[in-house]
Amino acid sequence: MSLTVRWLEMGVLALGALLALVMAAKAVDPLYAFHSWIFFAAAVLGLFFMARNTFSGAYLEEKETEYMDKVVKYGVVATVFWGIVGFFMGVYVASELAWPWLNLSEWLNFGRLRPVHTSAVIFAFGGNALIATSFYVVQRTNRARLAFGNLAWFVFWGYQLFIVLAATSYVLGGSQSREYAEPEWYIDVWLTIVWVAYLLIFFGTLVKRNVSHIYVANWFYLSFIVTIAMLHLGNNLALPVSFFGTKSYSLLSGAPDAITQWWYGHNAVGFFLTAGFLGMMYYFVPKQAERPVYSYRLSIVHFWALIFTYIWAGPHHLHYTALPDWVQTLGMVMSVILWMPSWGGMINGLMTLSGAWDKLRTDPILRMMVIAVAFYGMSTFEGPMMSIKSVNALSHFTDWTIGHVHSGALGWVGMITMGSMYFLMARLFSPSGRLYSYRLVSWHFWLATLGIVLYAAAMWVSGIMQGLMWREYDDQGFLVYSFAETVEAMHPYYVIRALGGLLYLIGAVIMAWNFYQTAKGRVSAAEAELAPARA
Amino acid sequence: MAERERDEVTGTETTGHEWDGIKELDTPLPRWWLWTFYATIIWGIGYTLAYPSWPGLNTNFKGFLGTTNRMELHRELKAVQQARAEKLAGLEKASLQDIMKNDDLRTFATRMGEAAFKVNCVQCHQAAGRGAYGYPNLQDDDWLWGGTLEAIHYTITHGVRYNPETNEETRQSEMPAFGRDQILEPAQIEAVTEYVLKLSGQEHDARKAEAGAKVYMEDAGCNGCHGDKGEGNQELGAPRLNDQIWLFSGTREGIMKQVSEPQHGVMPAWKGKLDKATIKALTIYVYSLGGGVGS
Repeated sequence: MSLTVRWLEMGVLALGALLALVMAAKAVDPLYAFHSWIFFAAAVLGLFFMARNTFSGAYLEEKETEYMDKVVKYGVVATVFWGIVGFFMGVYVASELAWPWLNLSEWLNFGRLRPVHTSAVIFAFGGNALIATSFYVVQRTNRARLAFGNLAWFVFWGYQLFIVLAATSYVLGGSQSREYAEPEWYIDVWLTIVWVAYLLIFFGTLVKRNVSHIYVANWFYLSFIVTIAMLHLGNNLALPVSFFGTKSYSLLSGAPDAITQWWYGHNAVGFFLTAGFLGMMYYFVPKQAERPVYSYRLSIVHFWALIFTYIWAGPHHLHYTALPDWVQTLGMVMSVILWMPSWGGMINGLMTLSGAWDKLRTDPILRMMVIAVAFYGMSTFEGPMMSIKSVNALSHFTDWTIGHVHSGALGWVGMITMGSMYFLMARLFSPSGRLYSYRLVSWHFWLATLGIVLYAAAMWVSGIMQGLMWREYDDQGFLVYSFAETVEAMHPYYVIRALGGLLYLIGAVIMAWNFYQTAKGRVSAAEAELAPARA
Repeated sequence: MAERERDEVTGTETTGHEWDGIKELDTPLPRWWLWTFYATIIWGIGYTLAYPSWPGLNTNFKGFLGTTNRMELHRELKAVQQARAEKLAGLEKASLQDIMKNDDLRTFATRMGEAAFKVNCVQCHQAAGRGAYGYPNLQDDDWLWGGTLEAIHYTITHGVRYNPETNEETRQSEMPAFGRDQILEPAQIEAVTEYVLKLSGQEHDARKAEAGAKVYMEDAGCNGCHGDKGEGNQELGAPRLNDQIWLFSGTREGIMKQVSEPQHGVMPAWKGKLDKATIKALTIYVYSLGGGVGS
C-alpha cells in the first residue's frame, strides 16, 4: 500500500481526534463528554499505531497477493473475549432475578445490566463472529483479498469502539429505550459509518472475485449486512436535543413507533442472528464434515423465501396491542409461512453430513455444529408456533419467550459460532493445524449442551406456569393469583436458569483456555500420540 | 460450465462448482418440505381471508368472519360480567349480615374480596393478610379498630388517619410524643416501659415497673386510652398492651421508642377508589380471615 494512502488515513484519524476534542469541549452532559474523550483516545491510539507501522516500515511486509487474515485473527480473539463477558453478564442478571439483593447499586441494577448482557452477546460476541468469519469466508470462496486495504482494520476497531460506547452508556444511564437498539443517536451515527465501511469491503471483495459464481454463504452474509444497515437506519430515526448532548427523541410515536421497533427487533433476530449465522453454517459445516452441500436448489429457494418472509414477521411481537388488527394478522401469517424457509437451512445443514455421520463420534467440533443446527430447527419451529395468536395469548410477556430466545441464542448462534471459532483457531493460530485439546472441546460441548437444556427447560416450565397463573379463574369468576405470587412461584426456575447459564459460561472459559494453549503451539500431552489432525 | 460429477456416497450429481473445496449436490427439493411449505401458504391465504388483513388505500380488508381483537375482548368481558351479574346484584342489595347468612353469596363475596385484596391490599398487609412491621396482621383476633363486620367495613371505606383535613370520617387518633415533647422525664419513660413489659407478660425490672405503674395510671394517663389493664380501646384505635401481639415492636427498645416518639399507621380510604360491592366483598373476605369481636 502506498505511503500517500497511509498519510491520508493518518490525516483522517487526526481530524477525528480534533473533532472529538471539540465535542468534549462543548458537551452539555457528562456522559457525552466522557464518550467524546473515549473517541479522542481511540483516534490518538489509532494514530500512534499507524505512525509506528509506517515509520518502521512494518506495513511493507503485508503482501497484497495474500489473504488478509490478521484482522480475522483479531476477530476470533474478540469473539472469545466478548463471548465470556456477555455470558458472565447473562449469569449475573439471571442471578439478580433469582436473588434481588444482587442489584447492588444504580449502575449494577437489572435495568441497566440487562442491555449490557444482550448487546454483549448479540453485537459484541455475535457481531465479531460474523465480521471475522465473513472476512475469512468471502476471501476464500471468491479467491480474492479483502477490498479497500486498511478499511477492514477500521471496521474491526470501529466496531469494538461501538461496543465500548454502548456498554458504558447503559451502565451510566444513557439509553433511548428501544430493545436491542438502546444506544443513543451519536453512537448510532458511529455504527452507521462503521457498517457502511463493512458493506463496502464485503461488496468490493465480491466484485473483484476470481470465481464465476458466488457461493451461497456470501448471499447470506450480504443479505445480513444490507438488511441490518436498513433496519439500523429505520429504527434510529431520532432528533437529538443538542448535537453536543446525549438525549434524543424518536421521530415516530405511538403504534407506528412500536411497530418500527419490532420490525427492527424481529429482523435483528432474522438477519443478524439467522441469516448471518446461516452464512457461517454454509461454509464451516461442509468444510468440517468434508462433504458437499446437500442441495443447491434448496439453498436458493430457502434463501429467497427466508429473506422475503422474515421482514414481515415483526408484528407478532405486538399481538393484542394497539397495533391494527390487519398488521397483526399479516405478521402472524408470515411468521407461520416462515417455518419451512427456516427449516430449509436446517435440512441443508444436517443432510450435508450424509456419508459423514460417523465423524460425530470422533469430531467434537462437528458435533457442536450439528447440535447448533438441531437447536436452529427447534427454535424455528417454536417461533412460528408462538406467533400464532392463541398461543401468543398464553406465551406473551412470560419467560417462555426468554426460553425461546435462548434456545436459539445459546443453541444455534452460540454453538455454530464456537464450532466455527475452533475451526479458525486450528487453521489460523496453530502451527500444527490442530487444537491443544479435543477432549476439552468435548467438555465444552457437553457443559454447553447441558446448560442449554437446563435453561430452556426451566424457562418452559416457569413461562407456561406464569401464563397459566395469570389467567387462572376460580369457579366464581375471579382471578386466583396476584402478580407477586406468580413471581414467587418462579423463583426455583430462576435459580435453575442461572445454573444453566453458569455451565454455559464455564464451557466458554474452557474454550478460552484451549485457545490460549493452541495459540502457544502446545498439544495436550494426553493427546500427543493421536494422529495429527487433517491439514 | 464446470464439470458435473457424481457423489459416491449419495449417488447424486454435483452442480460442478467448487469454492475452497466445497461442492454442492444437485439434490431436488425434498417433497415433504415443499408440500408443507405450500400448505402453510394456502393456510395463510385462508387465514387472511377470514380475519382483517390486506391494506388498501383508505382502509383494510375486514375479513369474512367480521371480527376484530377488540370485539373478541368485549365478548369475553361481557361473558364474564354476565356470569357474575346475578350474584353481584345480590351482593349490592344484601346487608353484610345477610351476605354472611347466605352460603352462595358469602362464597362469592369471599372470592371476590380475595381477588381485590391481592390487587389492592397485599402491598401492606402481605399475602393472606399476615401483616408486617407497622402493618396489622388480619389473621389474628387482635383488632385495632374493631373486628366486627361493620367496623371492618368502616375502616376500609374511610381509612385510618387518611387526609383528615378533607376526610372527616376517617379513623383518627394520635398518641402524644412523651419523650420528644418532654411530657415525661427519661426516668419516667424507662419506668413505664418496664410496666408495659410487665403488662404483656414479659421479663421486666420489678422495681422500675412499680414506679411505671404510677406513670401509667397517673402521671401520663396511659390508661385513658390503653385501659387500666392494658386491654386497649377499639373506639380510639388504642392497641391492646396485655398480649404478645405488636404492631411495631414489643422489645424494650421498641416500646421505649414508641412512648418517646410514636409512629402512627396510615391506611387509604377506599371509598371512591373501589365500588361499594368490592368494599363489601373485601369486608367479608377480611372478616373470614380473623374477624370477630376479639377476646
